[in-house]
Amino acid sequence: MQSKLSNTAVSDALKAKFGAAILTSDTPYDFLTIEVEPSAMHAVISWLKKEESLDISFLTNIGGVHYPEQTDREFAIVYHLQSMSNNFRMRLKAYVSLENPEIDSIVDIYAGANWMERETFDFYGILFKGHPNLIRILNEDSMDYHPMRKEYHLEDATREDKDDRFFGR
Amino acid sequence: MNTLEKQKSKIEATVESSIETIDGDIATLNLGPTHPSTHGIFQNVLKVDGEKILSSVQTVGYIHRAFEKIAERRPYSQITPLTDRLNYCSSPINNLGWYMTVEKLIGAEMPKRVDYMRVIIMELARIADHLVCNSVIGVDAGALTGFTYLFQQREKIYELFEEVCGARLTTNLGRIGGFERDFSPEFHRKLKDFLKDFPKVFNEFDKLLSRNRIFMDRTIGAGAISAERALQYSFVGPNLRAAGVDYDVRVLNPYASYEDFDFIIPVGTQGDTYDRFQVRQEEIRQSLRIIEQAFNNLPEGDYKADIPEFFLPPKEEVYNNMEALIYHFKIVMGETPIPVGEVYHSVEGGNGELGYYLISDGGRSPYRLQFRRPCFIYYQAYPEMITGQSISDAVLTLSSMNVIAGELDA
Repeated sequence: MQSKLSNTAVSDALKAKFGAAILTSDTPYDFLTIEVEPSAMHAVISWLKKEESLDISFLTNIGGVHYPEQTDREFAIVYHLQSMSNNFRMRLKAYVSLENPEIDSIVDIYAGANWMERETFDFYGILFKGHPNLIRILNEDSMDYHPMRKEYHLEDATREDKDDRFFGR
Repeated sequence: MNTLEKQKSKIEATVESSIETIDGDIATLNLGPTHPSTHGIFQNVLKVDGEKILSSVQTVGYIHRAFEKIAERRPYSQITPLTDRLNYCSSPINNLGWYMTVEKLIGAEMPKRVDYMRVIIMELARIADHLVCNSVIGVDAGALTGFTYLFQQREKIYELFEEVCGARLTTNLGRIGGFERDFSPEFHRKLKDFLKDFPKVFNEFDKLLSRNRIFMDRTIGAGAISAERALQYSFVGPNLRAAGVDYDVRVLNPYASYEDFDFIIPVGTQGDTYDRFQVRQEEIRQSLRIIEQAFNNLPEGDYKADIPEFFLPPKEEVYNNMEALIYHFKIVMGETPIPVGEVYHSVEGGNGELGYYLISDGGRSPYRLQFRRPCFIYYQAYPEMITGQSISDAVLTLSSMNVIAGELDA
């Protein structure tokens, strides 16, 4: 089924409304991806939900990504949103730093964000300001690190019996 | 007032106050972590006043296996066994959804025959998933017969999976780029038998519960959720449709040629246990229709796409043909070049939109792979749905939401 909204229309509407808070706009694999200033994320998601012409009012997913090489932009917080009435999907990204991994919680906009944000906190240590109950969800409570960060290798880094150099790794 | 009367009034006062403490006393009840009615390992700490639930605190993560982390170390073809173990009631949907995500990333086009074969497998898996859920609702309401009867049919579906891939529960079915082999004549025969026998058994099961007065009294109004709240909680799949929203990934974002088939999306009105049951019942019938259409119109063609750099060549070619040997080596060692990019792909799983968010940096493993697991997202609405209900209704609500521990905890 064809989407009733176009990528450019949504991206233009966001730029007109939020101006400088919309940092970049891209469409990898024809999927609208917009980078937003972290401080404006709450307002953007809230506006997308209220704006009747867009009706992007369903939160599909929240996830984190860790890029250890990007100084001051170590963590990406990725929101997938969709509009069921317009059959349109989009992705919002905000980058936060390792020193200050904070973003406003959107639990007040979407009740379902509660566990998704807890999961992101659990695995990446991203702090969602205003979350009612930001505690670990899948990992054990006494764990003192955030396991999906790239510095935690799956295999023991001190192992010497495996040599992967020959395969360019 | 004489002594006897004094004594009497004292006793009455004691009795009265003790009745008060029984009624006003709020007890804490642990539903789970291991409890027959939870169908998996997750805990609910309930505050109850008699039978009435006042609040519930959930603990999940008992079988967390760090799939997203493990996936960051594995070549793409080796991630499929991880997806098996998400919703293990309908593993093939998870497998095929993962292949489609990778195929989207590498830009591979599938022949029509592969699409139709996939549709048959996915709809069989959906039937198996819904059979488990609906027959277990019956069990939790006290009707064990339907469960034992239907599980013979689920066994037939598992035999079909076995015929295609050799495994039953954790299937690892198919490959990136199609299937490892074509459907065998035995599969064709077994599927024909299934399509002939199943509707009769299924209708008997339907008669047992659908208009059963006791079952209706137990399930109507139990664990209801409105469409607005369901959307707030990012519900998908049968649970959302039971609340009255006709959202189905197969229709809105068709994959694997779903647009070729004629089927309807059943919706409920109340979002309660009975509606969830009925929506799943109707979806089973619609799945059967889809399988019949796909099976009768199975196009001629190859069972795999022409992507030699991702699809393992036949063994005899590996031993006799230089190119095939190189491809074989590269695939097995995980050395095939993968494009850089990020994709989100979703399929309609047994519980609704099952999404894969994949970021590739060109390496042999995904840079990041996230599973959008419908169970994990909608299970958080459970306390809201059972507050004010009785404990027995909470058990029914849980089974009708089809919360699968594997999918919940990843």
